[in-house]
Amino acid sequence: MSSWFERMSEGLSRSRQRFVESMNVLLDRGPYLDQSFWDGLEETLILGDIGAETALEIVDHLQDQAARKALPDAYAVLSLLADQIAERFTPGGEEILEGEEGSVVLFVGINGTGKTTTVGKIAKEATDGGRHVLLGSADTFRAAAIEQLEVWADRANVEIVTRKRGSDPASVCYETIERGEAVGADLILIDTAGRLHTSADLMRELEKVVSVVRKRSKLPVYTVLVIDATTGQNGLAQAKEFHKALNLDGLILTKLDGTAKGGIALAVSSELELPIIKIGVGEAIEDLDDFDAHDFSEALIGDFSEQV
Amino acid sequence: MLESLSEKLQDVFDRLRGKGRLTEEDINEAMREIRLALLEADVNFKVVKSFVNRTKERCLEADVLESLTPTQNVIKIVLDELTTLLGQTDSKLVLSSRIPNVIMLVGLQGSGKTTAAAKLAYRLMQENHSPLLVACDVYRPAAADQLQTLGGEIGVRVYRGEGQDPVKIAREGVQDAIDNLRDVVIIDTAGRLHVDEEMMAEAVAIKEAVKPDQILMVVDAMTGQDVVSVVEAFAQEVDFDGVIMAKMDGDARGGGALSIREVTGKPIKFISSGEKPDSLEEFHPDRMAKRILGMGDMVSLIESAVRVQQDEQEAVEAERISRGQITLDDFLTMNRQVRKMGGIARLISALPGGDRALNSGQVDEGVLDSMETIINSMTKQERQKPDILNGSRRARIAAGAGVSVTEVNQLIKKFNETRKTVKQMMAQFGVTGTGKGKRGRRRRPMNLPGMDAMGGLDSLSMSDIQHFQDMMDNNAR
Ligand SMILES: Nc1nc2c(ncn2[C@@H]2O[C@H](COP(=O)(O)OP(=O)(O)OP(=O)(O)O)[C@@H](O)[C@H]2O)c(=O)[nH]1
Ligand SMILES: [Mg+2]
Repeated sequence: MSSWFERMSEGLSRSRQRFVESMNVLLDRGPYLDQSFWDGLEETLILGDIGAETALEIVDHLQDQAARKALPDAYAVLSLLADQIAERFTPGGEEILEGEEGSVVLFVGINGTGKTTTVGKIAKEATDGGRHVLLGSADTFRAAAIEQLEVWADRANVEIVTRKRGSDPASVCYETIERGEAVGADLILIDTAGRLHTSADLMRELEKVVSVVRKRSKLPVYTVLVIDATTGQNGLAQAKEFHKALNLDGLILTKLDGTAKGGIALAVSSELELPIIKIGVGEAIEDLDDFDAHDFSEALIGDFSEQV
Repeated sequence: MLESLSEKLQDVFDRLRGKGRLTEEDINEAMREIRLALLEADVNFKVVKSFVNRTKERCLEADVLESLTPTQNVIKIVLDELTTLLGQTDSKLVLSSRIPNVIMLVGLQGSGKTTAAAKLAYRLMQENHSPLLVACDVYRPAAADQLQTLGGEIGVRVYRGEGQDPVKIAREGVQDAIDNLRDVVIIDTAGRLHVDEEMMAEAVAIKEAVKPDQILMVVDAMTGQDVVSVVEAFAQEVDFDGVIMAKMDGDARGGGALSIREVTGKPIKFISSGEKPDSLEEFHPDRMAKRILGMGDMVSLIESAVRVQQDEQEAVEAERISRGQITLDDFLTMNRQVRKMGGIARLISALPGGDRALNSGQVDEGVLDSMETIINSMTKQERQKPDILNGSRRARIAAGAGVSVTEVNQLIKKFNETRKTVKQMMAQFGVTGTGKGKRGRRRRPMNLPGMDAMGGLDSLSMSDIQHFQDMMDNNAR
């Protein structure tokens, strides 16, 4: 037997609910913001590899704002969310591939993230854009890495400098830069061997390679970390180590053609203040895109927006 | 900043341990932390969710919250559930009797298949097999060259075939093994996305063409949340038998391993760590658990778990005593505890009306020493089942303890009295064990000798106290 008071408040909340629903229909608004909405949002962000702490922080902040700004419905919240995620990315980085004086760019990262493929794709895009591109294969370690880049040079129709497997990567770079000066190249792309950030020896070797290039090159030198979108929370640890050793200038996020959302790139970009300069969306030479923070953010919450 | 999962769990547990009693809110707090820690280790969101729900449910059971050691019980439950997730047994690569045996490797791009293929070949060679590597990645530039080079380095034949048809190359590879007397064929395939229908169909076509004895999926240990969609799709379409976790030489926690087990039920068979051919090791769930939890601190967690077991054992003992089924060992323990608490005199004077008991009875502390000597001269069986103590046994014990048979008889008489009193007392207090299992039992906090600050006496009636005093009188006399 419920009390008179309980019955009254129940009736009130029911009519309030009905009112909200009819308002939504009238104004073509989305569903009401209930706990399951916020839970679902948090789940989506975490499944996108954005990191649990960041996800909680974003949801809390948004919940707060939804109340304060009296956001009418889920759609309003989602568009605000996309803006907020987009804002967290560090912008810039155009000078790396498109600087006026030209540049030397080294591609680094852990094994199998897509460095060699990305070098091939960029070679083609930049050549089409009017650059004089030269490739250098400083992965003298992995079996058939040189042959792999040679195929890409062929596909992009650019010149490549190689030495035989096992030679000193720094001297390959040296030679590439010399060759670049001789032929007047204004974009020199150097592929390096994949390595785990936890291997102190290999990180030191890379540091040495980069410092040789910095000393030798007359063109500005940039280092770019290539991250695989399927990478989980370890991605931040990777990026920090590479940044510490090489003082990175930018990021490239690959394999966004899968179902992984690449949320870890947000943590890396915002925490290390590095711009994302390109994204990889497939294995073909044309599968390279510019990064758009807004598109990325919308894709990150895309599945959820569709359900709501 | 990167605090390991075990450190976080330890923090939570330390905080819990600080409190005597756990509330539902405490458990919720612990579960929140555990959830964050697991997510940080890249365990899949959905897996974490069900893990936390399961664990929480177990932690909220009355006998955990109301037990004497709730915190330790929570730790033990967490460890239990983690181990279950990882799978209990080591899963080895078992070759069938078919010659040649065919092993096929599948996985996403860049996960480490080619390197793993060479390592597997190397390992099989160490085990006196003669493997053949087959290069079926016709897409990535120089993929076959890579395999050929690796094969050359470890001295394993590589079949690379002609043309662009991986199904044909795979089939020819098996024939090449037969022609060249190889007993295991390892097929390296191109990396493919689980959502690429054409490429997934190709993997199935290779599978149908060569009927592999084993299909192993190579998964990058650094993979994040997406690992679940990936392995689910591969399990459904290609149906692999086990997993090789690659790039384990990094510092990724590899929480994905937990997710793979939970979602597909497929075992992790090997871990691959490094670029050298000899770095493929068998998978050990306990080591993986250590890794996911963060190395060092595991020991302390395990110690806690052992402690829980001991506590539980003690609880079982207390239960037995509460049913009045005491043994001479208990008798000995009780006596020792009495002494630890300051001897009979202090114990009795601490009781309500104890002073009166002290005045009326004589308390002989020396009795405790000789009692201990006598009990120590008994066999284990005799201590557990005092009823078997016949004349010849008593004579033997007396000789061993250097006392007279009368003294042994007195001790047994005293023990029998105590046993009777305990039984009566327990019945009086309404403490009756159901005697069934540890779970689902409602236990009143009635653990006799260690009874904390006599708090348990609150609900006793005057006659209870009178009875208790009588019992102490009996013992003291
Ligand atoms: N689906 C997809 N695959 C990609 C992408 N980028 C690279 N790959 C694939 O990922 C695999 C590894 O790419 P590589 O370019 O060899 O990677 P890497 O970083 O040079 O590898 P290592 O030199 O061995 O460290 C190849 O099979 C590529 O085809 C991408 O954007 N999408
Ligand atoms: Mg490469």
